[in-house]
Amino acid sequence: MSARTFRLAFVALALPLLGAAAGTVTINAPADTVRFKPGPGVNLAVANCMTCHSAAYIYTQPRLTRAQWTGEVTKMKAAYGAPIDAATIPGIVDYLMTQDGKE
Amino acid sequence: MRFDRRGFLAGATAATAAAASAPATAATMPGTVTLPMENGTRPLVAFPQKRPLIMLSPRPPLLETPFAVFDGDVLTPNDAFYVRWHLSGIPQTVDGAAHRIRIHGRVKRPLSLSVDDLRTKFAPVSIVAVNQCSGNSRGLFAPRVAGGQWDNGAMGNARWTGVRLTDVLAKAGLEDGARQIRFHGLERPVLPTTPPFVKALSLDDVTDHGDILIAYEMNGAPLPLLNGYPVRLVVPGWFATYWMKMLVDIEAIDTVDDNFWMKTAYRIPQTPGNTVKPTDTGYPTVPINRLAVRSFITSVADGATLHPGAQTLRGIAFDGGSGIAAVDVSTDGGASWRPARLGEDYGDYSFRRWEFDLHATRGKRYVLACRAHAHSGETQTATAVWNPGGYLRNVIETYRVTVA
Repeated sequence: MSARTFRLAFVALALPLLGAAAGTVTINAPADTVRFKPGPGVNLAVANCMTCHSAAYIYTQPRLTRAQWTGEVTKMKAAYGAPIDAATIPGIVDYLMTQDGKE
Repeated sequence: MRFDRRGFLAGATAATAAAASAPATAATMPGTVTLPMENGTRPLVAFPQKRPLIMLSPRPPLLETPFAVFDGDVLTPNDAFYVRWHLSGIPQTVDGAAHRIRIHGRVKRPLSLSVDDLRTKFAPVSIVAVNQCSGNSRGLFAPRVAGGQWDNGAMGNARWTGVRLTDVLAKAGLEDGARQIRFHGLERPVLPTTPPFVKALSLDDVTDHGDILIAYEMNGAPLPLLNGYPVRLVVPGWFATYWMKMLVDIEAIDTVDDNFWMKTAYRIPQTPGNTVKPTDTGYPTVPINRLAVRSFITSVADGATLHPGAQTLRGIAFDGGSGIAAVDVSTDGGASWRPARLGEDYGDYSFRRWEFDLHATRGKRYVLACRAHAHSGETQTATAVWNPGGYLRNVIETYRVTVA
């Protein structure tokens, strides 16, 4: 579901004679507008994090330690199957630390 | 796949049941709220079929219900009901008439059921039940844990109408070897390498429970798409992770499901009170299951200023399905307690409203608190649980108020 297809309206088609019976429902959800802030490594974050989820999901996290952020990025690769090159993980974590890190 | 990704359907009418209580055009509303946690500022955003809700993430959508909503009707309105998805591959168009639920695996008669089949071939059942995210209130954990950073509004109470899962399974006829029932919806990962969102319940839990529904109505209307249109599983008394949205697949399996979402995620410590210290390791865990008993004051927010004199405090309480036996209220931070009056009983899985008469003295400060007792014997304590998933928070809530 690309951000491009998120729009600000929805419409529902149903069979009025059947009342609450099942019909076609279409939504166009609001755009995902939050972007990573500029900084060293921002391109790594954009390339590796935003395929699966919004940047807002990251900016609403509490301030995490370097070890915690490393654990989160590693989980995205190991548990959620994100194609993150292991060699780039420190760079991604460096960027996250400049955004919301606790150190 | 019973959905397509066509865009806006020209010429469609909003005069439908699904749209009857929702505006035809949703819009991003100005304004933000700041929840009581670090990085707690959130925009209020109206998604389709929804009023402005507290947006934690747009993709996948995580939308929290503003807590003031819970001071209204005991049934949370569909357009105010919180939204939580795990994966960003959510269909934006769902054809409810074409939708089929496949029942297969260790069954004698595999089935493919439409919503119309559910409505016409099985006995309808309505149950009022709380749907609460496993991570509700995660943002209030101390120390903080990563994950969806909710305040207390990732919950809602609705009247769910549908058919009993056990009736559907009986029609399919379970084979002797069946051990678990596994559920899958239309939610899809963005990447093929991401584990699909699949959940399972043991057959013993399914048969013991008896009140698990495949629901096609929420508060008398079709489910909003973001709450799982056209059908979702309803597991009264259990956390919402099992309430599979856009349900398409029910499989009886002869093993214990070991997919990521059962074996690794959504686990709670198998320790007294399901609580551990942040430094603890190596303790056993089990899949999260029943709701812990909770209660809230809904008419007064923490930090509020009350008017002097006689007034009524209002609140809600709920538990994992035994029902609320009593609610106590304290005006002195928990040093002493007096009973509240319980409101109408909508069943053991529902919010139970309560009221408490308070005489507030001008110039005084009060620390209000509420504590629910469930029929199970479970109650709330002043010490919050802690676990690394941020699950099961049910501490006694306190509200510092002044009178002026």
